[in-house]
Amino acid sequence: MSSDLADKVLEGDARSIARLITYVENNVEGIADSMRTIHAHSGHAHVIGITGVMGCGKSTLIYELTRYYRKIGKTVGIIAIDPTSPFSGGALLGDRIRMMELAMDEGVFIRSMGTRGMLGGLTSAVYDVVEIMDAAGKDIILVETVGVGQAEVDIIKIADTTLVVVVPGLGDSIQTLKAGIMEIADIYVVNKADRPGVEQTVAEVQSLVEIVSSNKDRTIPIIKTIAKENKYIDVLAGEIQNHQIYLKQTKKLEHQRKLRYEAELIEIIRKKLMDFIFNEEQFKKTIEKLLDQINKKEIDPHTASEIILKDIKKK
Amino acid sequence: METKIRILIAKPGLDGHDRGAKIVARALRDAGMEVIYTGLHQTPAMIVEAAIQEDVHVVGLSLLSGAHMTLFVDVAEMLKKKGLGDVLLIGGGIIPEEDIPALKKKGIAGIFGPGTPVDTIVDFVKKNVKR
Repeated sequence: MSSDLADKVLEGDARSIARLITYVENNVEGIADSMRTIHAHSGHAHVIGITGVMGCGKSTLIYELTRYYRKIGKTVGIIAIDPTSPFSGGALLGDRIRMMELAMDEGVFIRSMGTRGMLGGLTSAVYDVVEIMDAAGKDIILVETVGVGQAEVDIIKIADTTLVVVVPGLGDSIQTLKAGIMEIADIYVVNKADRPGVEQTVAEVQSLVEIVSSNKDRTIPIIKTIAKENKYIDVLAGEIQNHQIYLKQTKKLEHQRKLRYEAELIEIIRKKLMDFIFNEEQFKKTIEKLLDQINKKEIDPHTASEIILKDIKKK
Repeated sequence: METKIRILIAKPGLDGHDRGAKIVARALRDAGMEVIYTGLHQTPAMIVEAAIQEDVHVVGLSLLSGAHMTLFVDVAEMLKKKGLGDVLLIGGGIIPEEDIPALKKKGIAGIFGPGTPVDTIVDFVKKNVKR
């Protein structure tokens, strides 16, 4: 792969950005040559993760936040992730519907991605895509996770600031969310705040914040928004900026970035190891044989895994 | 390397009927493709910009208003102008038989009218995708 492509990405060329993203998504051989250049030029963008249950208004919030950032002269990259069907491997990516108006703005780049088998609400190439958009000069990168339940908390590994979006009318379900997703917010957003029950929702989030943030040096803000009417988006953006300043002042940004690179490295190694094990003819045969034995109860999966690992070590 | 066909399904122009587009989108997804759906009322420029950013292999247009001779051709020309000549362009909707040869000449490789089995479209895409 030519390093020309990476150079064109650095210039902000939309087609080159799009093509390099495709290459990292498809794990094309030789990406490392391009990503070396990209990595050296990234690290300037503020990455904002947006997560929350299905239908809470994530896409609309992203649309309005983007319009806000464009007004104050910042460029924006958007990564919108939707689930890949585990049965067909296909995906219907519909987040652009609410964002099409932004497509004509040269300062905005939107990319839709399928999860392609990854759990946790993200897709494994998302780390690279953030770096590519960052190196291409985007000031703000908004990452929209799939509509999540409780356990899709991987977004904190990639985002500098994580927004957890809830809506009135979830009722007691906020309580049931408490163990996973409700622990990861840097900022809570109570969207659709024109709906009845909004004060109760805020109170419920508030009581959760008190539990989860008791030993932190920062109170987690709860912001009410009505994204559809573009209301209180400026307040939300203000809190995002406050969090950005907090990260810099407390040196937590550095820590956060280290976590991101760690997660990315682990993901790349995992992918390569899996490819190595499951695509190598010799291992394929061993695995098939062992699977057969497991099925017949001649061996258990743990012992089988030890045999495979021994084989790998020999190589 | 695992290549996955990415396809943009778009509705140019002013008609508000996207039932057909959605059915086709779903069939393509079920065939293992990544389908980016843009929603209604798109201009050719918006469609082409989305095709660039999403780096799709295929663009599928759906139109029922009768403006296909203008809008389909606009998208085809704009794709070529932006250097996306290798993107497979297909269209569907209420397209009179006599318009099809002219559209094909302009670069809309496949035209699928009402009643086309979705498998026909899926097969066409798989067979004709250019990269």
